[in-house]
Amino acid sequence: MKSEVAAEGQPVKERWLQRKASASYWLEAAKKWSWMIVRFVLIFGISFIIIYPILLKLSIAFKSREDLYDSMVIWVPRALTLENFKLVYQAMNYPAVLLNTLLLSGVVMCLTTLTCVLAGYGFSRIRIRGSGLLFAAVIFTILVPTHTIMVPLYLNFKSFDIFGLFALMRGEPLNLINTYWPFILSAALGMGVKTGLYVYIFRQFFKGIPREIEEAAYVDGANYFATFMRVVLPNAVPAMVTVMLFSFVWQWNDSFFTNMYLNEPKVMSSMMASSAYSIATFLSGGGQAEMARYVQDPFFMSMMMNTSVLMAILPLIILYLFVQRHFVESVERSGLVG
Amino acid sequence: MRFRKLSLEQKNRYYGIYFILPWLIGFLFLFLVPLIASFRYSLSNLQVTNEGFTLNHIGWSNYREALLSHESYLRTLTGSLLNIGVNTPLIVIFSLFFAVLLNQKFRGRILARAIFFLPVILASGIIASIESGDLMQSVVSNASETTGGGLAIMDNLELTVMLVESGMSVTFVEYLTGAVSRIYEIISQSGVQILIFLAGLQSISPSLYEAAKIEGSTGYEAFWKITFPMISPLILTNLVYTIIDSFIRDETSRMIVDTAFQSFDFGLSAAMAWMYFAVIAIVLWVTTAIVSRKVFYQD
Repeated sequence: MKSEVAAEGQPVKERWLQRKASASYWLEAAKKWSWMIVRFVLIFGISFIIIYPILLKLSIAFKSREDLYDSMVIWVPRALTLENFKLVYQAMNYPAVLLNTLLLSGVVMCLTTLTCVLAGYGFSRIRIRGSGLLFAAVIFTILVPTHTIMVPLYLNFKSFDIFGLFALMRGEPLNLINTYWPFILSAALGMGVKTGLYVYIFRQFFKGIPREIEEAAYVDGANYFATFMRVVLPNAVPAMVTVMLFSFVWQWNDSFFTNMYLNEPKVMSSMMASSAYSIATFLSGGGQAEMARYVQDPFFMSMMMNTSVLMAILPLIILYLFVQRHFVESVERSGLVG
Repeated sequence: MRFRKLSLEQKNRYYGIYFILPWLIGFLFLFLVPLIASFRYSLSNLQVTNEGFTLNHIGWSNYREALLSHESYLRTLTGSLLNIGVNTPLIVIFSLFFAVLLNQKFRGRILARAIFFLPVILASGIIASIESGDLMQSVVSNASETTGGGLAIMDNLELTVMLVESGMSVTFVEYLTGAVSRIYEIISQSGVQILIFLAGLQSISPSLYEAAKIEGSTGYEAFWKITFPMISPLILTNLVYTIIDSFIRDETSRMIVDTAFQSFDFGLSAAMAWMYFAVIAIVLWVTTAIVSRKVFYQD
């Protein structure tokens, strides 16, 4: 570097000053800085809009009943209180509901991922007549809205039977409504919430893995299943993390199937809808007049609603804080794009 | 014995079917059979009894009822369609824009990404439906607005007047300002799309941009000549995803559920759902037919 500068006969500092004096340098700098500012404002603004509802819920959840009628209080409560959280915790039977939801989402997540990773791999490698048609069926399951098959599914699980086996043994078909079996069955058979999408993700991912790796395993004497377990699956971890996260979160938030299959609010998403009323019942201890007093107070009901929604999504947010970096990276690496 | 003659590779071809088997069973019994059953229900009058249910075939009268004499089905359906027509382009453009922004290098990028994907987690299902029309929330935001806090989401009345006076067409201005007021709705629906776009942007080879820079292209040109064509297959993917997603969360689907589980008119509900599906299929078909002609595939 130095010899170059010396050859041109200009010290570094002087050349730098010269560059600074030219208009184009300043134009470039101005462009760069203004873009940075615009970008910052945009990203900050949108981030704020995303976080705003959570902040709002936080602010509401910490308020006491007196604060609701105090016109001075808008954002910052006068008396910080954990009363609302305590109420929701007791009235909603929070620990049990949390455990139920965690278990259900966890089991559904594992089963869904397992079935979909198998199906995705099968679809990426199978080459028999009609395999294209089979994959078209996967796309079809994504496109058909669940509402179309909702009624038959409900009736199916209401009197569940496998080729008349249960009717033969027990004299009547099983009623699986209000149990967790519908979720487990549909997850294990790859027909749960948005599973078509997962199969699609896995297929795209496995298409990107070169066949040579598997062929090397065959040459070394591994059979088809051993190859899958030992060679293919370890490579598929990023895609699996993506699908696991999605299926966990979507099961957690799903209110369509939970409302359809469960009569009682046993899990978070169905609990939220009725939380305010059950808290009012809990507070009034069963008295009609008492109950009405709570229910007719829209501010109180709304406050309870907000608190319980906050408590329902709190575990998710905590989970997200831990896996967030993994989430973004894994989606980028999972070859979703194909 | 014939099986023995197959080579290893030929055999492996068929092994794939074992992997698909669980899914295939699910597809047959939890999708195809219910789908056909649903079509049968839509043509009948379904009565739930103690031992299951009875079906009376009544032809197309459920469809006729939904279209001609139901008080709000047709109106809700066209409303949802219109909503999707308005929102889908906005969501796709918005998510592409922010995916490009989030793909750039700047301080705090990890935090910004984390926040932008929050809607994937929070804005699905029941949370979103509780969100709208909550009393306390509207009270707080109204109060912030009247006290002139900068927290209130921008009221763009003046901007509208200004734009209209400067000679832009009124419909276009209304579309734009409407987009600004519905910004939360749009953001909350574009989490997955941003994720998909971001993954796509990562997979564009940096050498393309390098070459373009050497040839003297500006960032703006590079976007339209490189980023846009390279990402165009994903634009199609995202369009399809957005349309399906918005159909699932709109008013009509709520009506279908209510018809089935509150008024227990299963036949009518099935008929509604089938017409709904037909509409979705047409919309998707038209969109893909138009867009896929413009899509650029590298290989």
